Amino acid sequence: MSNRSLASVLAITKRETVSYFSSPVAYVFLVIFLLLTGFFTFTVGNFFERGEASLAAFFAWHPWLYLVLVPAIGMRLWSEERRSGTIEFLLTMPINPWEAIVGKFLSSWLFLAIGLALTFPVVLTVNWLGDPDNGQIVAGYLGSFFLAGAYLAIAGMTSALTRNQVVAFILAVVLCLFLILAGFNPVTDLLTRWASPAVIETVAAFSVMTHFDGFQKGVIDSRDLLFFLSVTGFALFATALIIRNRRA
Amino acid sequence: MIRIENLSKTFGRNTVVDNLSFTVERGEVLGLLGPNGAGKSTTMRMITGFLPPSAGRVSVGGHYVVGEPLAAKRLIGYLPESAACYGDMSVHGFLMFAAELRGISGAARKRALARVVDLCFLENVLYQSIDTLSKGYRHRTCLAQALIHDPDVLVLDEPTDGLDPNQKHQVRNLIREIGKTKAVLFSTHILEEVDAACSRAIIIDRGRVVANGTPGELKAMSEVAGAVTLAVDGVEVTILGERLAALPEALRCEPVAASAGSGMRVFPRDRSATSLTRAVMELAEREHWHVLQLRTEEGHLDEVFRKLTLPDTVKK
Repeated sequence: MSNRSLASVLAITKRETVSYFSSPVAYVFLVIFLLLTGFFTFTVGNFFERGEASLAAFFAWHPWLYLVLVPAIGMRLWSEERRSGTIEFLLTMPINPWEAIVGKFLSSWLFLAIGLALTFPVVLTVNWLGDPDNGQIVAGYLGSFFLAGAYLAIAGMTSALTRNQVVAFILAVVLCLFLILAGFNPVTDLLTRWASPAVIETVAAFSVMTHFDGFQKGVIDSRDLLFFLSVTGFALFATALIIRNRRA
Repeated sequence: MIRIENLSKTFGRNTVVDNLSFTVERGEVLGLLGPNGAGKSTTMRMITGFLPPSAGRVSVGGHYVVGEPLAAKRLIGYLPESAACYGDMSVHGFLMFAAELRGISGAARKRALARVVDLCFLENVLYQSIDTLSKGYRHRTCLAQALIHDPDVLVLDEPTDGLDPNQKHQVRNLIREIGKTKAVLFSTHILEEVDAACSRAIIIDRGRVVANGTPGELKAMSEVAGAVTLAVDGVEVTILGERLAALPEALRCEPVAASAGSGMRVFPRDRSATSLTRAVMELAEREHWHVLQLRTEEGHLDEVFRKLTLPDTVKK
């Protein structure tokens, strides 16, 4: 990557990030994200009743929480450019389209990372109450971050398809839901009735649940990491194809 | 600087640009005229590399837009049709962003910014968010973005759309000034702009070139070009018509409305000749007519425009 490309990516990342924080969207998102993580961890997840010093109750809900919140962040990435016509400005600049795609992706990923970082009181709480395995917590955070990245790349891809943010949002939720359900136990149990175990395993291999599990248990498996990175990479690549073929 | 060869664009079964070829040289301001839906914006989008052509090719400064998009795009400053800017940014932030994407940094960026802010009269709104600006300011902000790297080729899609008469005047002057040293292509459907800013104009209709020439040449294609219009006090219209029609240079006469006296328009037998005006003046002198007005018509662009293009209200 040349310096020129890097400068363009950074310029776009900076612009998008500033744009998040100059609108109420960022603050509304952060507040809701923190409220919901708190609610799921302490109320639905029975954090206290578990009687164990771990953040299992916290991380277990992330795939579901992100299912709605990440597409809400990603849906505007390209739809908004199309709707307002600024896509014409952006794509007639002397930059490669992928620089814009990566720049936009990085800014929203950074934004989600900020949201994730702001959940630090949970870590402090669990450390104050007991003696958790902090390595496991770090792995959990890492997994959660890559999970968010994969969802985000998918939401960016659906956003490139349409100028309508609602359509982009719904498509992204459906795709991400598929990635959850493919490995969600109640669904795989249902499948055992008519599919062979090999088929079920193949389907489950596409699921974020299967790959997120390892991180929650404190295992950073290169295969899990590779899975999230390939989903992200594939979605970004598809975004580039969509942008190239659907301009106006 | 801009060379367009057999350019076509089809959307589905709809041909929007149909085998278009023309060039714009340095030092030239080319006006692209045409009714709505004639393919002006689509042509410009292909020149700036936003849309890929269905057939044919475009080169800018010797770089093919499809083959070497970055080299071509570096040379171009582009004002898109809707003058879309990021509404949540300030004028200053937006121009900084455009400069960054163009690879202008440090002191050069500061200078570039100062130059375009001055050119486009943006000092007053520099730190205002673009959403809060009036249409004229928003338009000029987008124009400033197109000028920030002092481009050799300027492509402007309806640059005066939505501006008030003073701003239109300023933008036209700016275009003419820039056109002295750069290649400028701009589209409009305001015909007076052709006179005000262009050194050459092309009229396109349904994606094809229907006329190409200097504003004078285009106007000469008008029906009334070369005709002499005069208004005379105290002479009956019928007598005036008879006398004028009797001139050997005159083809026919037609009464026209005049603010005072009787008005008559004489059409020449030979459009390229200038003898008709002299003949009419000599006749008036002989007859001791009290002439209130005498004018040789240059022709009307709007008439040429209407003759050459079909309105989009006509069914295909």
